[in-house]
Amino acid sequence: MHTNPASPLLQLQNLQISYGGIQAVKGIDLELYSGELVCLIGANGAGKTTTLNAIAGVLPVAGGNIHYAGDRMNTVPPHNRLRRGIALVPEGRGIFTRLTVEENLRMGAYTRNDKAAIEADLERVYTMLPRVKERLYQVAGTLSGGEQQMVAIGRALLSRPRLLLLDEPSMGLAPLVVEKIFEVVQSVAKEGVTILLVEQNANLALEFAQRGYVMESGKITLTGTGAALLADPKVRAAYLGEAA
Amino acid sequence: METLIQQLINGLVIGSVYALIALGYTMVYGILGLINFAHGDVLMVGALVALQTMMFLMGMAPGMSPLAMLTIALLVAIVVCMLLGFTMERLAYRRLRNAPRLAPLITAIGVSFLLQTLAMIIWGRNYHTFPQLISTTPLQPIEGVFVTPVQIAIVLASAALMVGLLLLVNRTKIGRAMRATAENHRVASLMGVDTNAVIAFTFVIGAGLAAVAGVMYASNYGIAHYGMGFMPGLKAFTAAVLGGIGNLGGAMLGGVVLGLVESFGAGYIEHLTFGFLNSSYQDIFAFIILGLVLIFRPTGLLGERVSDRA
Repeated sequence: MHTNPASPLLQLQNLQISYGGIQAVKGIDLELYSGELVCLIGANGAGKTTTLNAIAGVLPVAGGNIHYAGDRMNTVPPHNRLRRGIALVPEGRGIFTRLTVEENLRMGAYTRNDKAAIEADLERVYTMLPRVKERLYQVAGTLSGGEQQMVAIGRALLSRPRLLLLDEPSMGLAPLVVEKIFEVVQSVAKEGVTILLVEQNANLALEFAQRGYVMESGKITLTGTGAALLADPKVRAAYLGEAA
Repeated sequence: METLIQQLINGLVIGSVYALIALGYTMVYGILGLINFAHGDVLMVGALVALQTMMFLMGMAPGMSPLAMLTIALLVAIVVCMLLGFTMERLAYRRLRNAPRLAPLITAIGVSFLLQTLAMIIWGRNYHTFPQLISTTPLQPIEGVFVTPVQIAIVLASAALMVGLLLLVNRTKIGRAMRATAENHRVASLMGVDTNAVIAFTFVIGAGLAAVAGVMYASNYGIAHYGMGFMPGLKAFTAAVLGGIGNLGGAMLGGVVLGLVESFGAGYIEHLTFGFLNSSYQDIFAFIILGLVLIFRPTGLLGERVSDRA
């Protein structure tokens, strides 16, 4: 695979998505370059999750374009997008609660046939997530929320993604657990995986991300480096709980 | 005492057939939340296709050994039924995947009528004698207790198929994909699973089991006709509900339990009703059980999965 380093890995052009009869995303532009960690922040219902779902292929595109690694992806089914390297850790984790932890992880490697490499990747996930290893043969539904989130991320990594989409990995978790999860996210980013992170916890997300996009009722209203957005008074007022 | 053992054997035989059919209902329900009411008619198609194949072979190669003939007929029936299962899902159910639940249910009943009518056009309205290629001469392992080689073959083959299915679902990659898809289609597709293919595969496996069950059913009773799938279909559905629909072990247990209840019921109904009802009323037991399960334990013996399906 040879792609021009100057061209974005993921490019959304005037992307529109309708969901449940309403237009949830009203024409957004977004670019993500190889190796970047970029976050997408905004209030509940701004269209962040909808955007990620459309990139992963589980929601249809109503208008505009999704380009990935140079190809238009608009109508490619989700299982083929995963084969191309797009993995989504869905909102609410999407763990298979009736499968064991190990089976969940192996589902992540579903499209792969390189047995030895899969085993090696499993070992790497275990070292990265020691809590997961202790619970391999447990049914995943019995894990705590934080452990499930770890499994969900580990599972996504087993597909060896080029682009990892993370939908609110901090949702409903205690601060200490969130810290752990973000450490994992950062170590994944360091390995060179491109990450698009959706978060309501804007403070945390902007601290970790190189760049950020702010989304409001289906549109992108602000963009900049993580540090610049953190310092922006409008962002501080709207998402970081400060009085304007 | 002989009656007791005899009814135990009879119950086990018919129960294994119910279990094989029930697996098809329960697998499709587990993955789609759909009761495929045409499933019983797949069994009928299996039996009639096998019959047709045997007739053809008897004409073409009269010297062929009965066992070879039966094997070929069974294989042809399995292949035809698998194709039928695939076509059914592709043409009738797939486009209704996101429709209100009543639509696929009514469609399933429509498919059932369609298959019966087609079978009636092809094979006529008469009862056909189903060739007994495995000996039906009863053995007498215990004085007064009879068991035929056909019955032994039915129980052994069913057990082998059930073990095979459990291994497929619990120990293979496609089985893991089936379980993942059953739990969450969307997330399974995010794992790279072609969920449409997995659903089609589930229909194909269920239909293959129904084909075998059809040949067993017809061999056991010695007859086949276009409406023969209705009653065992309905009873196997009862068995699936009894075991806990969506649960493979439940379908197996439910099938065997239903077979036993029915067989003991038939054996003792005259005593129980002081001669008012005789064994030809044996069908009422399945439906009494269905009623009782739905009233007192709607999740079935092993199931706890009904409420979590949308």
